[in-house]
Amino acid sequence: MKPAPFEYVIAESWDAAAALLAEHGDDAVILAGGQSLVPVMNFRLAQPAVLVDVNPVADGAYLRIDADRLRVGALTRHVRFEAPQVGGPLGALFPRVARHIAHLPIRMRGTFGGSLAHADPASEWCTLARTFDAVMVARSVRGDRRIDASDYFQAALVNDLADDEVLREIELPALGPDWACGFAEFNRRAGDFAIVQSVAAFELHDGRIVDARIGIGGAAEVPWRADTAEAVLAGAIPSASLFEEAGAAAAESVGELMTDRQASAEMRRDLVRVMVSRALEDALAAGVER
Amino acid sequence: MTRISLRVNSVDHDIEVEPRHSLADALRDRCGLTGTHLGCEHGVCGACTVLVGDEPVRACLMFAVQADGRAVRTVEGLDDDGAFNALQQAFHEQHALQCGYCTPGMLMLATWLVERGTPVSDDELREVMSSNLCRCTGYRNILRAVRSVLDGAGS
Repeated sequence: MKPAPFEYVIAESWDAAAALLAEHGDDAVILAGGQSLVPVMNFRLAQPAVLVDVNPVADGAYLRIDADRLRVGALTRHVRFEAPQVGGPLGALFPRVARHIAHLPIRMRGTFGGSLAHADPASEWCTLARTFDAVMVARSVRGDRRIDASDYFQAALVNDLADDEVLREIELPALGPDWACGFAEFNRRAGDFAIVQSVAAFELHDGRIVDARIGIGGAAEVPWRADTAEAVLAGAIPSASLFEEAGAAAAESVGELMTDRQASAEMRRDLVRVMVSRALEDALAAGVER
Repeated sequence: MTRISLRVNSVDHDIEVEPRHSLADALRDRCGLTGTHLGCEHGVCGACTVLVGDEPVRACLMFAVQADGRAVRTVEGLDDDGAFNALQQAFHEQHALQCGYCTPGMLMLATWLVERGTPVSDDELREVMSSNLCRCTGYRNILRAVRSVLDGAGS
């Protein structure tokens, strides 16, 4: 339960981190909050030769609205999302999602970018990023590279970042006031990993849904958008039966679901149906409150 | 080995550590402060919770080198000249410990909550204290003890 020896280096800027990654290649790993990486190192499932600590990077933690984009600094700690940080429907969704992430001391250390870089199938932020087609901005000595969420998540714990790239910012759309966003998650104990979770959002015009996004995490190796379920919602008037129909469509929207000791694939499929429906109900309730 | 400086419970400790040494191991093995307990060593149980700056930290998930130059508070720093402080007294009176293994972590987490100085609902109290595992006393007495201090009736 002690990590293997490694060299510890501090990066005080993203460029410095990128230079260190260029120098050490796949021997080096970025240390952010460490709430997922360090357990894996303690188990010796990861044995990096060099640990690049980016916690001292200046201006690495922020949420800012920039025209139609919401920019999240990779080092923004989970806990910051528990209190309203930015306006709009997405800003209102953040606290409802953040409190599902592990426990408070973990949320005070763990970072938004770290979750995206770790790419755990049960990560709330990964599901949210996929739902809203976030853009991951990765820095290397070659400059910035922008990666679409649809290309970013490749398998459980595997993403599109190259060995010499460090994730420095995540871009989300700054959703307009006609959007309503919701979240639902199932697990067996508060603070535990999600077995299935769903982020759902729709845009209402004159009482009708004109655009919708449904993302699902925890169920398969990577989060996905259930476009067939989104199609069910398009043009419709929100109702409980509509949401159930969308949930059923979402449950059939992907082939391979995970089986582990927490839940079988069959159970996960049923949970997708229910979580999507509940996330839509949560969105509707949030929209009505505003 | 790397030389670092930790200010633990207002006392400076200049120590040598390997980068792979956790803050918990440094506190226990280099500073001689064995009040910080290690349970799971992967961030689940919270027994090793200490305060770094003003924040509760799983000391098994922070490397000692990351805490270089920081102020750290552990269970050894809680007492009031050898007498229990309010929180320790409340744990004693409410039977909030049995085997005592989780107690240092519970106390440090509760210390953060009490010192935060903002109102704490019962739901939030349960949510925060559920961060740490207790496997023998049960949580009811722990919650009662922390609540009594939050309500200013701890001593």
